Amino acid sequence: MSLNQLKPSFMEQGVPIHFPRRRRRVYTIVGLLIALGGVVAFATTIGSVQVPFLTICRTLLSQLPLVDITPTWPSTTETIILEIRLPRVILAGLVGAALAIAGATYQGLFRNPLADPYLIGVAQGASLGAVIGFLLPFDWHGMGFLIIPVLAFTGALISVAIVYSLARVGKTLPVTTLILAGVALGALWGSIVSYLIITSGERMHGILFWLMGSFSLSDWSEVKIVLPYVVVGVAVILLYSRSLNIMQLDEEQAQQLGINVEKVKLILLAAATLITAAAVCFVGTIGFVGIIIPHAVRLIWGPDYRFLLPLSVLSGAIFLILADIVARTALAPTEIPIGVITAVCGAPFFLYLLRRKKRAVFF
Amino acid sequence: MIKLELQSVGVAYGRNVVVKDLTFQVMPGEMVGLIGPNGSGKSTIIKAISRVISLQSGKILLDGKDVFKMPRGDLARLLGVVPQMSILPSAFTAFEVVLMGRNPHLGLLQYEGARDMAITWRAMEMTATHTLAERKVGELSGGEIQRIVIARVLTQEPKSILLDEPTANLDIRHQVEILDLIKNLCLENNLTVVVALHDLNLAAQYCDRLILINNGQVHAQGTPEEVINSRNIKEVYGADGCVYTHPVNGLPAVLLKAGNKQHAKPRDTIERGIV
Repeated sequence: MSLNQLKPSFMEQGVPIHFPRRRRRVYTIVGLLIALGGVVAFATTIGSVQVPFLTICRTLLSQLPLVDITPTWPSTTETIILEIRLPRVILAGLVGAALAIAGATYQGLFRNPLADPYLIGVAQGASLGAVIGFLLPFDWHGMGFLIIPVLAFTGALISVAIVYSLARVGKTLPVTTLILAGVALGALWGSIVSYLIITSGERMHGILFWLMGSFSLSDWSEVKIVLPYVVVGVAVILLYSRSLNIMQLDEEQAQQLGINVEKVKLILLAAATLITAAAVCFVGTIGFVGIIIPHAVRLIWGPDYRFLLPLSVLSGAIFLILADIVARTALAPTEIPIGVITAVCGAPFFLYLLRRKKRAVFF
Repeated sequence: MIKLELQSVGVAYGRNVVVKDLTFQVMPGEMVGLIGPNGSGKSTIIKAISRVISLQSGKILLDGKDVFKMPRGDLARLLGVVPQMSILPSAFTAFEVVLMGRNPHLGLLQYEGARDMAITWRAMEMTATHTLAERKVGELSGGEIQRIVIARVLTQEPKSILLDEPTANLDIRHQVEILDLIKNLCLENNLTVVVALHDLNLAAQYCDRLILINNGQVHAQGTPEEVINSRNIKEVYGADGCVYTHPVNGLPAVLLKAGNKQHAKPRDTIERGIV
């Protein structure tokens, strides 16, 4: 009867079911990585100047170390690709990845399928912090670059703390109270932001444009600031992905399985909030990515956070790069705010989730 | 082989004192039953031992070490808990949930290996849940979930097991199967087992020793014969004369009858004894 008395033959036979399909999951991740590379290359071909796909690929490859390709294209093409289009595409990918993994993490932490940086007011808190940063009497190209992320993070952290303590009923976090608290707080922050914008005078137009969500002003300096936040945040979240799985049981069982629930919760909340703030402070408000992507990944590949999280990162990046292509080409030369595109895709999906009575099916 | 010791343990929810000055010991290979009415503090004691709620006073020692000073991972390798109500994430498969029991044995970046899989499968075979391995837990019945949770606890390879009403959702066949399994594990691996039970008959059948809790205090402890007698049952539960002798093994047995005389069946002759 003892568990310790496993027969050697049994060990060799292994487990007679195909768990956990690790190989298939690795293939999926590799497949999505390749798809992401393709989407990045494709996105850089699109714009007012036509550049052939092959030239794009060769230009991108020539930037890699150890690859020796002599340029056969004009230097203006290289400037367009490397200095104008590529940073924008990469920033879109980073923000998509950040919002998607932050959404998945909030959903896992709150054990609630509707948690999303925008629905629970975290993103609005971050925008408020960022707007305050814009309005500070500092040079925004010098100090501002450092101060704005910090203020956005502080705003986001305060929001998450308020929503969490408001929405909590006993030990649980019901959907209704979470969404109510998040929407109320988001509205409050939104109105403060509106007030600040109205009174901001000549800077009003720039802030408004930023707030609607756009990658049109992106360049490498923004990528350089967002990248470390997102990389660190994603790495920390991935490190705790097994704990997040076990926390899908209730807190009591997670503790009894050796998880220091309070500590893990704090670390994951801080990491998810950090990357939300990093995403928001340079591209403004882009809703619904944090809800569409993790749920789509769940529907297709299952609920295991160890795969859900990396797959959300990749799918989120791909999704937002594609959405940005639509944003800049659909009404060219006018740009549609990218938040409009994601909302058009996301709102119906959100309503569908809200209507579902059996949240049980895939969460 | 570890010993569990509670030394004058007190637990309070706010100002409401739930457990007062509770002292008892459980030796390796011993299965001890906690019995008592609703709200007497049985679940609270289980939660306190597994460090889900904190103590107001006293100490809980497992293997001579203070439970509250151990890292949680270390505690989870020594102690497995079957909670009263287990909420399981419905989209996970039964195998995935049982495999979670390996968590305290894995490092932060470690992935479950062949040995972890084999232990998990073995635990599922022992609880007869291996046929459910690939089913989603959201589709399973209460009794199946209970057995999955027990399998998960076995997967932890604990030295001590606490169970809070493990038979609450089970039919009589599974009640007996689960308690047989736990009793066997307890004897063969010298586990230290504490089980909170509502069912006094099952408690008498399986436990080496019973601790009768009333209002958070020990009312009586000892062998089933010493604890389950008419006087104790009357004092703690307020129920009259319903303790008999089990016709097969002579252990105490509790039979209920309608409390309101009008509802009682006319043949009130059973007090002569059974069969």
